[in-house]
Amino acid sequence: MSSSFATTSLNEKNRLRERLFRGLFGLVTITLILPVIIILITLTVKSQGTISLSFFTEYPRNNMTEGGIFPALVGTLWLVAVALIASVPLGVSAAIYLSEYARDNWLTRAINLAIINLAGVPSIVHALFGLGAFVLFFNFGTSILAASLTLAVMTLPVVIVSTRESLQAVPQSFREACWNMGATRWQTIWRIVLPNSISGILTGVILEVSRTVGETAPIMFTGAALFLPFLPTSVYDQTMAMSLHLYIIATQVPGVPPSLPYSVALSLIGIVMVLNAASIALRTYLRGQKKW
Amino acid sequence: MVAPDARAKKLEIKNLTIRYGDQVALHAASFDVYENEIFGIIGPANSGKTSFLRALNRMNEMTPGMHVAGEVRFDGLDVNDWRDVYALRRRIGVVFPLPVGLPLSIYDNVALAPRLGGIRKKAQLDEIVERCLTRAALFDEVKDRLTSLGSLLSGGQQQRLTIARALSQEPEVLLLDEFSIAVDPVTTMRIEDVLKELKSELTIVLVSNLVRQARRLADRTAFFLGGELVEVGDTEALFTRDVQDSRTTDYLEGRFG
Repeated sequence: MSSSFATTSLNEKNRLRERLFRGLFGLVTITLILPVIIILITLTVKSQGTISLSFFTEYPRNNMTEGGIFPALVGTLWLVAVALIASVPLGVSAAIYLSEYARDNWLTRAINLAIINLAGVPSIVHALFGLGAFVLFFNFGTSILAASLTLAVMTLPVVIVSTRESLQAVPQSFREACWNMGATRWQTIWRIVLPNSISGILTGVILEVSRTVGETAPIMFTGAALFLPFLPTSVYDQTMAMSLHLYIIATQVPGVPPSLPYSVALSLIGIVMVLNAASIALRTYLRGQKKW
Repeated sequence: MVAPDARAKKLEIKNLTIRYGDQVALHAASFDVYENEIFGIIGPANSGKTSFLRALNRMNEMTPGMHVAGEVRFDGLDVNDWRDVYALRRRIGVVFPLPVGLPLSIYDNVALAPRLGGIRKKAQLDEIVERCLTRAALFDEVKDRLTSLGSLLSGGQQQRLTIARALSQEPEVLLLDEFSIAVDPVTTMRIEDVLKELKSELTIVLVSNLVRQARRLADRTAFFLGGELVEVGDTEALFTRDVQDSRTTDYLEGRFG
């Protein structure tokens, strides 16, 4: 009888195989995070500890070879904020329409295809579109408004897709129950669907922000300036931006101390990582509140 | 017993045909449902039972590909002639096979329909919530935790919550679609007792896979098979073999389905 409980050779083989695959996949995963670690270490070392509080609060000096990144930081905040104001209401509305109202017909399928294609358009093409549409046709000039709208168009697909997926994660049975109670589609969306998908929607928005922060090409022709000795006062002003500032001092300005581009790059990555961390924390928190 | 013809007709079904694309879910069914009766619908899966329920409160409009032809009259008025479909749906409560505890508090689950109907006063809502939960035989179990989530209740409790929610609409007709498949036998019996009491106030259409449940509860019963209304009549008559179609006897005796 006891022999039936003994480890057979087949069992042994399976266990070895199990270990092999576990190790293999683990190794691949670790290899994947290596670039991130190497980038962070390189940036930290090469920036030679030049990042301090004053780095964020001072204007660039001496043809941008000294000083801080204050106007670029503020400019990036302007660009992101205005882009959000434009893209979130549009994107969320479109997602609500596609998920809750639209029927499955050729028009909806065409819209979905367009959204996927929009997500695949290279950012330099978006930049030229923004130049043609917002700067010239709508005559916004090179301004925060034109640059932010370009960024908004570029990130719309992200907002739409992530919002639509959050909405569709809400069980259909909840909607049916509401409709059967005599609720309209909008009442159902407002009282049941949105409150239960808000975590996913917010996560998508934050990911959109972190992508917007780093984009350079779309703002280059549409509203970002090489250097400005003052802060923007309205959306019709030009502005400096972190990403373009990094590009300029790394490639276009002679006599920049070698540590400076690394400091700017580290700040930029820092902002993105903080935003991503916030998005993960928010998602974890709201998932904990999940009600079904 | 009152002669059937003398009783008020709550629902009149005439030549009702339901299609999904080319597929016919229900073919030319005609029958009446009287006021204050429990009307049972039995039949195996894919007989058109659930589709029939959806046609009653025009949920077909929310279901892509579902087409309804023929006539459904509610209180003598064609449901398609109701200008306010939402008012129509409020008068028809629905309970699903799987309990749907909305991700709201127990209180808000039951107060949702009254709120949608425009009731704002706390006292009035309190009264409705307590009354509906009591009628659904759930109040005593949850009265101390009305603010906790409805979706966290057990399956049987959630199903009674669903019934309480359906009652909060003050419906005239209550549709139950296989309400007991996810509910334990004890809870099932409790809900059945509730239904027997509710019969005096409203009309109940009970779709059931359980032949014996239909026999226990229904005054009259219809037998659907493969999209066809095979037979409709007094429940006792059906079960005492007073049937016109041999397929009814076969199903009732468990020879198929």
